[in-house]
Amino acid sequence: MNIVACIKQVPDTSEVKIDRETNTLIREGVPSIINPFDLNAIEEGLLLKERFGGSVTVISMGPPQVESALREALSLGVDRVVLLCDRAFAGSDTLATSCTLAAAIREIGFDLILCGKQAIDGDTAQVGPEIAEWLDVPHLTYISAVEEVSDRSITVSRLLEGGYERVRASLPALLTVVKELNEPRLPGYRASLRAKTEPVTTWGAAGLNLDPANIGMKGSPTKVTRSFVPELGRQGQFLAGSPEEQAAALIAALRSARIVHGSAKES
Amino acid sequence: MKLYSDRCAGCEACVNACPYNAVTMQGGLPVFSDACNLCGACVEACPSEAIERPGNGGPAVEASPHRGIWIFGETKDGQPTRVVLELLAVGRRLAEKTGQDLGVVLAGDRLGTMPQNLIAFGADRVFLVEHPDLAVFRDEPYTAVLAAAIKQYRPSILLFGATTTGRSLAPRLAARLRTGLTADCTALDIDPESGNLLQTRPAFGGNIMATIMCPVNRPQMATMRPGVQKPATRDGGRTGEVIRLETGPSLLLARTEVLGFINRNEEMVNLEEASVIVSGGRGLGCAENFSLVRELAALLGGVVGASRAAVEEGWLPYAHQVGQTGKTVSPRLYIACGISGAVQHLAGMQGSDIIVAINRNPDAPIFKVASYGMVGDVVQILKSLIEQL
Ligand SMILES: Cc1cc2nc3c(=O)[nH]c(=O)nc-3n(C[C@H](O)[C@H](O)[C@H](O)COP(=O)(O)OP(=O)(O)OC[C@H]3O[C@@H](n4cnc5c(N)ncnc54)[C@H](O)[C@@H]3O)c2cc1C
Ligand SMILES: Cc1cc2nc3c(=O)[nH]c(=O)nc-3n(C[C@H](O)[C@H](O)[C@H](O)COP(=O)(O)OP(=O)(O)OC[C@H]3O[C@@H](n4cnc5c(N)ncnc54)[C@H](O)[C@@H]3O)c2cc1C
Repeated sequence: MNIVACIKQVPDTSEVKIDRETNTLIREGVPSIINPFDLNAIEEGLLLKERFGGSVTVISMGPPQVESALREALSLGVDRVVLLCDRAFAGSDTLATSCTLAAAIREIGFDLILCGKQAIDGDTAQVGPEIAEWLDVPHLTYISAVEEVSDRSITVSRLLEGGYERVRASLPALLTVVKELNEPRLPGYRASLRAKTEPVTTWGAAGLNLDPANIGMKGSPTKVTRSFVPELGRQGQFLAGSPEEQAAALIAALRSARIVHGSAKES
Repeated sequence: MKLYSDRCAGCEACVNACPYNAVTMQGGLPVFSDACNLCGACVEACPSEAIERPGNGGPAVEASPHRGIWIFGETKDGQPTRVVLELLAVGRRLAEKTGQDLGVVLAGDRLGTMPQNLIAFGADRVFLVEHPDLAVFRDEPYTAVLAAAIKQYRPSILLFGATTTGRSLAPRLAARLRTGLTADCTALDIDPESGNLLQTRPAFGGNIMATIMCPVNRPQMATMRPGVQKPATRDGGRTGEVIRLETGPSLLLARTEVLGFINRNEEMVNLEEASVIVSGGRGLGCAENFSLVRELAALLGGVVGASRAAVEEGWLPYAHQVGQTGKTVSPRLYIACGISGAVQHLAGMQGSDIIVAINRNPDAPIFKVASYGMVGDVVQILKSLIEQL
């Protein structure tokens, strides 16, 4: 089974803090990490390879420093890593990103593509399903368990709002995965040694047979017109008095916000 | 990024604002490295308007013959999901602003009176596709059916709930239509100048808000976070049109097969869609006191949430956990009972409209994000609230 896992290098958003004075992000000391869900994608690729043979290739599109994320993937034991790096890719939205990744995946060849549920910086969860559409393969999102794999199909559980949906897809297919799926391994000793020296294959736009109209800023229908740090602090107020008095004051406030009454009657 | 060096004061606000570490100062001026992904945080941070995003305000293509605001009518157990009603309220406002019709595209099997029901909730037209193969949602046939309807009727805007279904279907459809899709929006409006849809969404784990437009491609697509907007109200007197769409074997092709659904019975709670959440933390002291939280939630028509500490105590199952490693919620009302307000908890609930914090420690960090703070014993305050409601 030939498996391609897509990973994105992201700033660790849980380390991001806000400077309340200037209302900007404090970036100092915020480390770059592999998107957490993508570690589950790599792990599942390795587990499937251990059971069924084949290879695991990890690809990432991004600036040159993404090489460190790919070396980390090598230290986990993947067979090969490919960096998609070209100034022409800058400013890609999810449509252009997925188009570029799809072209590279086609070039590599695949039975199964694994993506994270979503990237913790862009947070869209769109790149996976869009890749599947560019490649005309079925996709299944929010995978929390892989139950069965045959030559032609894969049976999985999807983690949805009220429970788990069991679904089978024909192969080749694309899955996006959630944390529940597995416990990512730690780097191996020998793989870590190899990760230091192994060459990282780098591809640009030219080798990938991409229509320039579909990539980078030009291939991106969405335009970010404004971005801002939201006000986190609220102009809150303490309610005064005994528990009874505070409760009365709160209920009055909720009544004027139409929460008490309105919502109690809604279906 | 484009720099107007004559305006730059060298203040380094952009360096600090950049979430990607892509800006450094060289010779007193900012330099943007390859790590820059044009997110624009620096544009907003710059006090002297010296930075511009390249290529903004692109070709203002004359509004094409695309007309109509459409909503994907996601259903569950024979009912439209709550977020569909929220989208109907938002869609109605957009329709009024732009003088367009509000449509719902509804796929499924034996949907009965649902089209009329959606009209009563604000739709002008319901585009209906019924077929046994559409009874259970699957990405491929739903994508094909919607794509065919869109090619025929050419709506200008297409909205989905940001549910697991919406976030799976919408990107596949957007890629097929070669158009833009904005994820998980919390606000939608019309740009008065261009008439384009202004789509505002949190990114970066809620640390950044971005407003996004899709100026050229059509339809303009967005998924909208459930629970942020008020649902539409029913008006049985409204009239509208039901348009039945044809389907055929080529549209119904699917390479996936749904084998079954397993309810997580302890996890029936649907925090993401709730408009009121009452959460309890370690400050409740014991499992028994959680019944007060349940009672208050029931009185307010809401559901029960929990901090990780409360889950770790075994007072509630994990499905109720709110926060970085639990659910992210944005109800209209969030009441935190005996929760200290650790950043990991705040990450999951600070998008709520009204936050009420009940804690005996007036310095607890939860009060920093609270709209209303109540200092005192959580059990007493909960009892008073329940009594007076
Ligand atoms: C503030 C902000 C808001 C944005 N909003 C939108 C928006 O609403 N719509 C839109 O189309 N674009 C948007 N973008 C652009 C978008 O973030 C980029 O296109 C990004 O490269 C991919 O989207 P994502 O980070 O959301 O990834 P997701 O779609 O959340 O990622 C899902 C999975 O896809 C794979 N993947 C994603 N990116 C890569 C990559 N570069 N290399 C390899 N694998 C990858 C990973 O497996 C990942 O787990 C926004 C950008 C910013 C800065
Ligand atoms: C990687 C990581 C991920 C995490 N993810 C999450 C997450 O998803 N969600 C989450 O919630 N936490 C998460 N946590 C844990 C988080 O850091 C806190 O430990 C947790 O939120 C604390 O829960 P608490 O507020 O209920 O308990 P405590 O911090 O113990 O607070 C109890 C509060 O109750 C008050 N109190 C006590 N008695 C009374 C009384 N009688 N009347 C009124 N007030 C009283 C106290 O003043 C105190 O403020 C995470 C931590 C880590 C490291």
